[in-house]
Amino acid sequence: MTARTPASGGAPIIDADGIGRTFTRSEGPLFRRRRRTVTAVRDVSFQVTAGEIVGYLGPNGAGKSTTMKMLTGILSPSAGRLRVTGLEPSRQRTRLAARMGVVFGQRTTLWWDLPLRDSLALTRHMYRVPARDHARRLAELTELLELGPFLATPVRQLSLGQRMRGDLTAALLHDPALLVLDEPTIGLDVVSKSTIREFLLRLNAERGTTILLTTHDLGDVERLCRRVIVIDHGSLAFDGDLAALRDGAPSPRTLVVDLAAPSEPIEVPGARTVRVRGTRQWLELDGNPAAVIADVSHHYAIADLTLNEPDIEDVVARLYRREGAARELSAG
Amino acid sequence: MRVYLTAFGCAVRRYSTYRAATFAGVVTNSVFGLINAMVLLALFEARPQINGYDATDAVTQVFVAQAVIGPIAIFGPPLDLSERIRTGEVAVDLLRPVHPVLWWLATDLGRAAFSTVFRSVPTFAVGMAAFELALPADPLRWVAVAAAFALAVLVGFALRYLYALAGFWLMDTRGVHAVVFLLAPFCAGHLLPLTLFPEALAGVLRVLPWASLVQVPAEILLGKDSLPGGSTLGGLCFQAAWAAALLALGAVLTARATRRVVVQGG
Repeated sequence: MTARTPASGGAPIIDADGIGRTFTRSEGPLFRRRRRTVTAVRDVSFQVTAGEIVGYLGPNGAGKSTTMKMLTGILSPSAGRLRVTGLEPSRQRTRLAARMGVVFGQRTTLWWDLPLRDSLALTRHMYRVPARDHARRLAELTELLELGPFLATPVRQLSLGQRMRGDLTAALLHDPALLVLDEPTIGLDVVSKSTIREFLLRLNAERGTTILLTTHDLGDVERLCRRVIVIDHGSLAFDGDLAALRDGAPSPRTLVVDLAAPSEPIEVPGARTVRVRGTRQWLELDGNPAAVIADVSHHYAIADLTLNEPDIEDVVARLYRREGAARELSAG
Repeated sequence: MRVYLTAFGCAVRRYSTYRAATFAGVVTNSVFGLINAMVLLALFEARPQINGYDATDAVTQVFVAQAVIGPIAIFGPPLDLSERIRTGEVAVDLLRPVHPVLWWLATDLGRAAFSTVFRSVPTFAVGMAAFELALPADPLRWVAVAAAFALAVLVGFALRYLYALAGFWLMDTRGVHAVVFLLAPFCAGHLLPLTLFPEALAGVLRVLPWASLVQVPAEILLGKDSLPGGSTLGGLCFQAAWAAALLALGAVLTARATRRVVVQGG
């Protein structure tokens, strides 16, 4: 892949300034319906610079998808100012589409009944890509994403991993400066996830494509994102390094112990038993896992041990709880 | 423009993969054509002339109606747009740098083109083999018939586009489709030629857009003066006016919908 010429002037590729979105919803049974205003996103500001990979995280219902829809121009913000590659997404959606690739992991842009190749050919006319450029990029992407074996297969017969690679290709054939991914690895197996992550890293490193992604997958975040933005209840909760997020809201590792026989809660230094069910016990680790494991296996008869790394969801959930507590304190 | 042509081509290829459904469509349309024709022949046995129609005219209209079922989709299916609005898939469509009306028109014309060749032609051939149909000798009239057919397809699309578009406000248009696919064949002159209805009712149905789908093309084929304006040209203008009005309404409502759209699902 040849490198993209660096964006001039270092203007942010995404510039969100206090954006918000409210919905009016009708609720209740057929009669006696009430209208209620729901705030999905409230006063969110952030900037993304060309060449970054940014993870946009938050629990279900936090406002991630609403933000994605505003960034791509499907929804217009009800408050604030939003610019993506210098354009106002909802007003200039068609022009923006030429500069941006979008993949919604749970949806597809490919034609269900036709060979993958046909959908990819259609994108050439859709984005008015010169035939030679299209052919060259298709060849590159075919090689990198190993599309060769199933280019002639109808999309409905593709596995989820293959379909996702097809969708990524469709989003990238017009060589967009910005790639927006909404849960790109959802439902994929380990190998497919890894293929897609390595591809995205390479795309970012070699072509300088800016990537913004939402995900619930720890692996995606750890492998891809230097920077994360966390949104909770529609508001920005964190924006910074992944490492700083971890340090700011440390989450202990958990040791799951299967004992040979039921016992009282395990007591060893450097760990706290948080849950007991039959012969299985959960220990939160404060200290060195190796020492705790040695201690536990020395004092108890053990059938099995599993060490669970904290996942980003835990870290984020702790952050929310802290935010919630802080809000209550300041309100009190 | 190229993108719409390519989308048209994709749609033709897509429908060509549904072979069994196409064959079943021809059989169903032909069999119902034979039944309807025999019912009308029995009626005309009792009254050889009804409001300017004779038995041959009526049977001809039956097979026009049966032949256009596929291309104008008078009994459905709804446009895929409808289901895509319900599930939120429409988000993906809105990201494409194309005009939604033209995009969906291109894909529906692809479907209609395939259907014309593989459903309309065989169904009409069955009618020609089984009955004596009133077919024009004048080649110019055949040109008018082709134009009327193309306009019927256009109106058929525009109507179904509007039914589907209602989904942006209603969230689910399955109810809308259930009602319109029941009423449209009645209003279009598909169930029975509008000629056979009481004058007052026929008068109302003749000015509604659905008349463009079957009644007007059939009367252009038969060369009837009950057409709008009393002539073939009047009939074509009537269809063209409805097509333009409905497509324009579709375009306006699309702009509205996408401004205040609620795309469902996370």
